[in-house]
Amino acid sequence: MTAVEKKTSRTLLLVLLLPGLLALGISFVAPMLWLLRASFSTSALGGGDGWTLDKYSEILTDPFYWRVAGNTLNYGVTVAIFAVILSYPIALFLARSTSKYRGILTALAIAPLLTSSVVRTYGWMVILGDRGVINSTLQWLTLTDAPLRLSNNQLGATIAMIEILMPYAILAMLSGFGRLNSQLEEAATMLGANRFKVFTRIILPLSLPGVITAALLVFVLAISGFITPRLMGGGRVFVLGTEVFQEATVTLNWPLAAALAVMLLVLFSSVIVVYRRALRALEA
Amino acid sequence: MVKTSPLAAFAWRALITLLYIFLLAPIIIVFVVSFDTRKYLAFPPESWSFGSYIAVLQNEAFISAFWRSLGLGTIVGIGAVAIGTLLSMALTRHKFRGEGAVNFLVIAPFIVPNIVLAVGLVLVLAAFKLLDSYIGIVIAHLGVTIPYTVRTVTMSLMSVDRRVEEAALVHGASPLQVFWRVTLPLIRPGIIAGGVIAFLISFDETTISLFIVSVKTSTLPTEIYRYLEYSTDPQIAALSVVLILISVAVVVVVEKLIGLRKAV
Repeated sequence: MTAVEKKTSRTLLLVLLLPGLLALGISFVAPMLWLLRASFSTSALGGGDGWTLDKYSEILTDPFYWRVAGNTLNYGVTVAIFAVILSYPIALFLARSTSKYRGILTALAIAPLLTSSVVRTYGWMVILGDRGVINSTLQWLTLTDAPLRLSNNQLGATIAMIEILMPYAILAMLSGFGRLNSQLEEAATMLGANRFKVFTRIILPLSLPGVITAALLVFVLAISGFITPRLMGGGRVFVLGTEVFQEATVTLNWPLAAALAVMLLVLFSSVIVVYRRALRALEA
Repeated sequence: MVKTSPLAAFAWRALITLLYIFLLAPIIIVFVVSFDTRKYLAFPPESWSFGSYIAVLQNEAFISAFWRSLGLGTIVGIGAVAIGTLLSMALTRHKFRGEGAVNFLVIAPFIVPNIVLAVGLVLVLAAFKLLDSYIGIVIAHLGVTIPYTVRTVTMSLMSVDRRVEEAALVHGASPLQVFWRVTLPLIRPGIIAGGVIAFLISFDETTISLFIVSVKTSTLPTEIYRYLEYSTDPQIAALSVVLILISVAVVVVVEKLIGLRKAV
């Protein structure tokens, strides 16, 4: 077709592709294959020649892991619902704003992404801790005698995770809100629709694909997280992420960690499949 | 515009303000607490000082972890953007068998959760005795950053007018000369943006690092995580403020130099 393409030689292609294939091979393909292999491994370090389903049957017959899986789903769904509800007004506001501060406000909404989630988890420890912002304020107002238990439990881990994932939700919604159109809203108003009707009949349906994408993104990030549940949960929050970390770095049961990670990946992929079906159904 | 009553407009603004406060609360609070003088976590601060900042500067574990993170981030940034540029050139400028597979390979790491990849990396690195080694961290971070550099450089490459490259070829330049003298200068914003993004990801990366790093090669995020497991004193707040300022500074400088928004 073009001169550039005709001159493509095998050596040139090799030079372009080899470093990348090598790097991604070692840092991505090999780890994924070994992970799968180790989850069926008979030896404690995940190597060996034997194949066994022991780890999977161990997980599937242990009520503890069923509770962990249930709790992970519960955690992911709760975080996704609240993150989407709290992000929706911000995204709607930014998408429709004509203010000259729109750029700055957009930057502010996604700026937390530049801050490590460890740092923001620490911020929530300060806010929700026994001597933290909320409890000191309540005691100062003499509304409570003893501190409310807002951290070192599932509640704290959930609140922190909602805030940490909100910028992702806002970004996903903003890129999905392109179909919002103020002319349609004006037309509806002129034809006699009130604000509530304009919202439920026009704004909400048009923004739904963005909302679903945001919910999915938050859900998959929430179920694969472990740093916030561990730090905010005070060792009392058990989700798949914290268990994978525990088995891989503390207990050093690598085949079990691998099997748990594979199950997390399966959960993850099935949610994405459901999402694509839902989105297609919505657009049809 | 749809007509709005003043009360509804006020309620809407109040809601947006509250949501912004919620979103920015941890960062604001970290900033406030960093000036507290006490050794334990409590609010509000009783007295104000730079004591926590001085303590951070005297904390050797933090300082050495900071230099390690900076060095690793730089190596990962340069490596990921170099490898990513070559891959992007192959994918946008050439047709070859297996192109679809390579295309899939450069987006696959986006789809796999970091924690899943981390377990696989533990197994591979352990087999080569690379756990808790610099090479191990660089390998791990390259896998999660190359997809980003491929994306930013590819976007730049697609905006380059191909006729310029063809004109150079027709006039007798070799493909290497065309790349070096024509293409590379044109895609420089994408390359710088890709490198900066890769640096920031590596500098902030905590999930995978916690799996493959222990004491010897601890990076700054893993050092903070370990510290937080036992103590929550304001030192971490001071360190956090410094880290936030560094991230913001990097982004602002790059934005001023080349316009990050145009490149990403």
